[in-house]
Parts: sequence; C-alpha cells; structure tokens
Amino acid sequence: MATVAVSAEREHYLNKEYGIRSWLLTTDHKRIALLYLVSITFFFFIGGFFALLIRLELLTPAGDLVQADTYNKLFSMHGQVMIFFFLIPSIPAVLGNFLVPLMIGAKDLAFPRINLLSWYLLVIAGVIYIHCIATGGVDTGWTFYTPFSTAFSNTRVIEAGIAIFIVGFSSILTGLNFVVTIHRMRAPGMTWSRLPLFIWAHYATSIIQLLGTPVLAITLLLVVFERAFNLGIFDPTRGGDPLLFQHLFWFYSHPAVYIMILPAMAVESEVVACFTRKRIFGYNFVAMSSIAIAVFGFLVWAHHMFVAGISLYSALIFSILSYLVAVPSAIKVFNWTATMYKGSISFTTPMLYALGFIGLFTMGGLTGLFLSALGIDVHVHDTYFVIAHFHYIMVGGAVMGYLGGLHFWWPKISGRMYPEAWGRLAALLVFAGFNLTFFPQFILGYMGMPRRYWQYPPEFQVLNVLSTAGSTILAVGYVLPMVYFLWSMRYGKIASDNPWGAAGLEWKTSSPPPTFNFDETPEVTWEAYNYEEIPAPAEVPVER
Amino acid sequence: MSEHVMSSKFYYTIWIVLLCLTVITAAVSFVDLGPFNTIVALVIATVKALLVILFFMHVKYTSERLTKIVIVSAIFWLLLLLGLSMADYATRFLS
Amino acid sequence: MSDSPIAVEQHGPEHLHHFADAEQQRDAASLGMWLFLATEIMFFGGMFLAYLVYRYWYYNEFAAGSRSLDISLGTINTAVLICSSLTVALGVRAAQMGNRKLLVILLLLTIVFGFAFLGIKGVEWYQKFEEHHIPGRSFNAGDLIKEYPQIHIDPQHEQIYFSLYFAMTGLHALHMIIGVGIFVFLTYHAWKGRYTPKYYTPIEIGGLYWHFVDIVWIYLFPLLYLIDRKPLR
Repeated sequence: MATVAVSAEREHYLNKEYGIRSWLLTTDHKRIALLYLVSITFFFFIGGFFALLIRLELLTPAGDLVQADTYNKLFSMHGQVMIFFFLIPSIPAVLGNFLVPLMIGAKDLAFPRINLLSWYLLVIAGVIYIHCIATGGVDTGWTFYTPFSTAFSNTRVIEAGIAIFIVGFSSILTGLNFVVTIHRMRAPGMTWSRLPLFIWAHYATSIIQLLGTPVLAITLLLVVFERAFNLGIFDPTRGGDPLLFQHLFWFYSHPAVYIMILPAMAVESEVVACFTRKRIFGYNFVAMSSIAIAVFGFLVWAHHMFVAGISLYSALIFSILSYLVAVPSAIKVFNWTATMYKGSISFTTPMLYALGFIGLFTMGGLTGLFLSALGIDVHVHDTYFVIAHFHYIMVGGAVMGYLGGLHFWWPKISGRMYPEAWGRLAALLVFAGFNLTFFPQFILGYMGMPRRYWQYPPEFQVLNVLSTAGSTILAVGYVLPMVYFLWSMRYGKIASDNPWGAAGLEWKTSSPPPTFNFDETPEVTWEAYNYEEIPAPAEVPVER
Repeated sequence: MSEHVMSSKFYYTIWIVLLCLTVITAAVSFVDLGPFNTIVALVIATVKALLVILFFMHVKYTSERLTKIVIVSAIFWLLLLLGLSMADYATRFLS
Repeated sequence: MSDSPIAVEQHGPEHLHHFADAEQQRDAASLGMWLFLATEIMFFGGMFLAYLVYRYWYYNEFAAGSRSLDISLGTINTAVLICSSLTVALGVRAAQMGNRKLLVILLLLTIVFGFAFLGIKGVEWYQKFEEHHIPGRSFNAGDLIKEYPQIHIDPQHEQIYFSLYFAMTGLHALHMIIGVGIFVFLTYHAWKGRYTPKYYTPIEIGGLYWHFVDIVWIYLFPLLYLIDRKPLR
C-alpha cells in the first residue's frame, strides 16, 4: 500500500482544471467541499472574534469594554454565526461532501448541481448576515425570542432572520443530497451493513436536517412577517403566545445540536478504528444509535423551556425523554472505548482529537443530564452552567471532531501530509485551552453567574479571568492548523494513497482522487473495518 | 415509478369523486353536528388527500416501499410536532 | 453494475454521467422529490401548529373569522385545483405515451387553472382589505362583532385568525406561483420535444410538486373556511 511519490503529471481533481470559473461553477463534490472549507473557516473566525470580545469584556466585573447593548449583540451574533454558518455546515459540508461518494464507491453525489446551489445559498446568506452585522447587528440572543424580536428590538432582526432562513435551505439540500446518494448510488456489493459508520451517522444527520430545518424556516419567516407586516402571531397584546415561538424554534434547534454532533461521532468512529487497528466494537449498535439519536432528538425540545411557563405535566414528559436521549450517545462512547481495549493504539493527531472528544463529549453529555432534572434546571437555567455544558459538546465535541477529521483526511484531500509534530502540539493546545476556558464556567454557573449579562458580581472575577486566559490558548490552537495546512499544500510530504493504512473505499483511490473518484467502479466483497486484512503502515508518517 | 399506464377514464373517475367530496364537505359544514363537524371535515379532507396521493401521485402502484416510508414518516413527524406541543397547551391551565 | 472503466460516454438527459444508468437516475430524482415534499410538510406544519394552538384558545374568533370568508369562492378554488391535478395526472400519462401535443395542451391547461386559482385568491384578499380585516393598524373587527352578537369576540384575538389566514394562504399562493413557473418551464421543453416515453422524469416530479400544493389547499379549505357555518340562533 505504500506507493510513495505521486507523479506530477497524474491528473486529479485539483489540477484537472484551473481558473476561478472552474471552481465557482464546479459540480465536483470534492471541489465543493473545499469551497465550503474556505467559507466556513471565514465564518469561524468572525464568530471567534465576537467570542474574544466577549471574553475580554468579562475580564472585569464592570461593563467597561463595550456598552450593554453592544454586548447583547456580541453574544447574539457569536451564537448565530457559529451555529448556522460554521457548526451546522462544518463536517457534513466539508468532510461529508468530500467523502460520502468516495466511501460508497460513487462518482459524485446524486445531485451535483444542487450541491453547488447549497454552497451558493450559504454564501448569499453569509453576505446578507455580514451586511446585518455591519449595519447594526442583532441583539435578541441567538434564539430570536418573541416578543422582543418581533416588537421591541431595534436591531436588524429581519435581515438576520432572512439570512438564517436562506442558510437553512443550504442545510436542507445537503441533507437531501446525502439521503438520495446513500440510498441509490452505493457501489455493487456495498450493502447497508458494509457501510462505514461515517455514512450511517451522516445519514442520520441528513434525516434531522430534512425534517427539522423547515420548521425553523417557517418560524423565522413568521417572525419576519410579524415585524415587517405587523401580523399578530406572537404578539401578546393581541393574544399571541410567546411560548408558541419557543416551541416552534426549539423543535428545530434541539435536533440541530444533533446535526452538529452526529457528524463528529461519524469522524470518531473512523479515526478510532484506524488508530486502534480494529473493527469498531458493536458496529450494529453504533449504526442504530445514530438513527436513535436522530429520532429521539426530536422528542425533547421543551427541556429548553422548563422555566418559561410550560405546564408541569409536559415538563415531566420532556424531562424523562431528555434522560432517554442520552442512552444512544452513551452506547457510542462505550463502543468506542471497547474498541480501544486490546487495540494497537497510535497517538497521531487525529487520534489525539478523538481521545479528547470522548472525554469532553462525555462531560458535556453528563452535564446535560443535570439540566434534564427539573429541580436542578430551575437553579442553573440561564447561567454559565448551561453555557459550559453546550460548549463542551459543541467545541469539545463537534469542533474537535471536525479538526480530527480534517487532519485524518487531509492527505486524501490535498495529497500532502501536514507536519505531525505541529499537529500534535495544536491538538494539545486546543485541549488545554478548551478546558481552561470552559471548566471554570461550570463553577461560575453553579455559583449563580447568569448568562448574557455584561456585568457580574466581583466574587466571580477570578474564574472569569481563568476562562479568558484559556480562550487565548484556544485561539492559538485554532490558528496553528490553518497555518500549517496552508504550508503543507506547498511543502508538505507527498501522501501515498493510504498513509494511515486505513480501511474504507476512499483510501483505495489515489491522494488526491481523480475527478470521477475511481479509475474503475469498485465492487465490494469485504466487510467494513477489515483491519485484520490491512497491513499497518510501516511507520506512522511524521514530519520533522 | 409506475411503468403501466392508467386509463384516462380512471383519472376522470378520481376527479369526479374529489369534486363530489368537495361539495359534500362544504354542504355538511352548514349542518349542526356539534363537535363532529370538525372531525367530518378533516376525515373528508384526508380521504381527498389519500385519493390524490395514492392515485394521482401513483403511490398505490409504485412498488417502492421507501416512498411510502418517506410519506408516513413525514406525516408522523408533523403529528409529533402537533401532539407533543399540545401536551403543553392542553395541560397548561389545569389546577 | 459494471466494472467497466469510467469512459466518457455520450448520454442523453435521461442518463447523466455520474449515474450508473438511466434507472438509477430516475429513482434518484423520484426519491429526491419525495424527500423535498416531506420537508414541505414540515414547513407548512409549523403554521398548522400555530393554527391548532390558537383555534384551541380563541375558537369564537376563529369561527367568526371563518364565516367572513366567501365560501363559494373557496369551494370554487378548491375545485379549480382539483381540476388542475387532473390535467397534471393526464399530462404525465400523455408523456408516458409519447403524445407530445396532448402533453403540451394539458400542461397549458394546468397553468391556466393555476392562474385562475391565484386570480380568485387575489379577489378574496381584496375583499379582506375592503372589510378592514388585514391585521395591523387598519384592522377593524367591528363588523364581525355586530354581526354575531351571540358570541363574544375579542377584536385583538380576531387579528390572530386573520394573521394566520394571510400567512397560510399567502405561503400557499407563493408555492402556486412557483408551481406555475415550473410548469411554464416544463411546457416549453415539452413543446420542444424533450420529453419521451424514455425520459419524462421532470414531468413526473413536477407533477408530484403540483399535487402536493393541491393537498395543502385540500386541508386549508376546511380549516380556514369551514370552522363553523352552522346557522346561529
């Protein structure tokens, strides 16, 4: 498997055509994946910039860096940019787009032009949102709660709502493409039970995108209509119910968190299997748990509304369901851990991210159980405890999964190895910076520091300072990969077809792959994760 | 996708049934059936929808189980949204 | 189903390059459209939830608002859409049989029915405008309160009924407009002879979309127009 140098004349998807038109009008899923990579990285830094300003403000108890109204805009836009323009697209639109056809042995996704349209919708929505930021931003919280958003806010609610409405369709179309592709375009012999777990998890993610996002779309549209045309659907003075908005909003936004975590779990399965050189323990359980997460994830949304005024009886139901939804996630964690037992583990950069993921996701998930308990939720709702909880999952889980996946498949995507030592350093910085940033926030929340406040009592300052210090380390950890990935495209070691000795159809084609993915349509006669048949690489590639 | 071509008479029959059901549902709304007015209206609407789905959209004659799974799942998800939300509204002002 | 090399073969529109064969392409298009319709069910579903909640809370206002709608126009519009679904279904059949002229006629008829629906809807909306039933500053439910002294009507709550009326029928009308646009596109290509018994997928999936829009109206009609038409004592 260790073909080394790739001849410079070999044609692949990157050098097949040059010029901006060949990129902006491409229908090649691999190129579209890279278009997404550039776009969401851009939004990641915008969202990160807002986060830095928040953390700077919170260095001192007084509100002295920005005004209160500005602070409201900072946390609102940080949330919206990170969730809608970074996290939700991230793994599916970059890694999913690149890998789904390769992993199932297809030449492209089912609808390549719709795939390109998805990217353009993200870009158009992004431009609108940036214009919104530049002309005053939005201060409603990322959640747009009514009636503040419909009747009282003086910020660019309509524009933000329209932007997110549009990017929602980007997400819906990606999900649609994946479901049709996975059903219809698997190579001969690629049965459902031979699919990599990456595919199962993306299939489940796509189901959520298809069934949940439209509800967000209509909800935002109704908010926009109410604000623009003075309709009265959420207006309390006309008998409207603010909680109706919240039901509609969270019906999507809770499953949305599973849109963000399932793809990271997809990466986790692939990385853990490869760097343990073993089939994932309990393949069927992991596959089915992805579907279970997608389904159960739709049954718990009102746990965001326990103290908002819903009935106690419905709160009880949602509380029980919220406990149940933790079960399939826990099953996955058990299975990944069991996979590592008696495995042959290498601590490569992707594996470092994967190990970090297991620990941090577990902590985030367990603290979710705290929140599911009605009594505890009354105490910690709208405090930093909640913020710490979801950042452990979204950053400690989803972002680490994304970074781990980028590193794992970088050789396939670019044909180059990234520098391994720097990769490991960045992973450790991310892990350390992350924990320093967010662990204090659990304590702060439990002690009573509310979220979305720009001032706080002086006794909370020490922990806030620690948190801000952590965020600077985290920032360095995020910038490093950008630098060395770019560096590697010119100076990185040239990658072979399968530098990691990994299982999966994507590793059977060249790095980078040809435009139509395979020289011949593969015919699959083996099970997934057939590591007993794949020789380990002579050495795990390390760039000095 | 159905391969066999239906007779046009078949489509015309479904069409007539749909029109009749439309007239019926409008007419019945003037009759006092108490709480059953709503139920009757929704049942008639559902019958009409089924006729369109099964016959005009060829679902009855498509052999694909997947299509039917997609339709049933979507309807089920809608009922989930409506049902679980009403769990709150229906119990909010009790006691 | 082959391990033949991926050569650059020339296919018609029925077999795009990235698919293994025409059947795979057809099946993909069909599944894609059904999944899209599933998303549309959830899209309209959000408004159905709002309708359900507020009808539960403000039944009197909903009943009064419903009575103020023109039931004849509503019934006629329902019939118009049913006729259009017939022409669509017959159109798909014409495509299956390769009857180009009949297909074009049926597609044109469908467009005509679509415009008829939109026209009638426009008339109804204008009626609402004249009656001051458009939510907002100029809203006035005085006529309803006067007409139905037997039931208690809160004019503020009445605005919610009409907000939903305009939101739901407005979004439905927008989908109709898009549908008409799609059918104009299909008619043009049908006239050019693009659709044959071997390849009529766009007609089929365009038809699925149209039928869906019809089904949404099949539910909107009783929910908006027929809430309570019983004779009042």
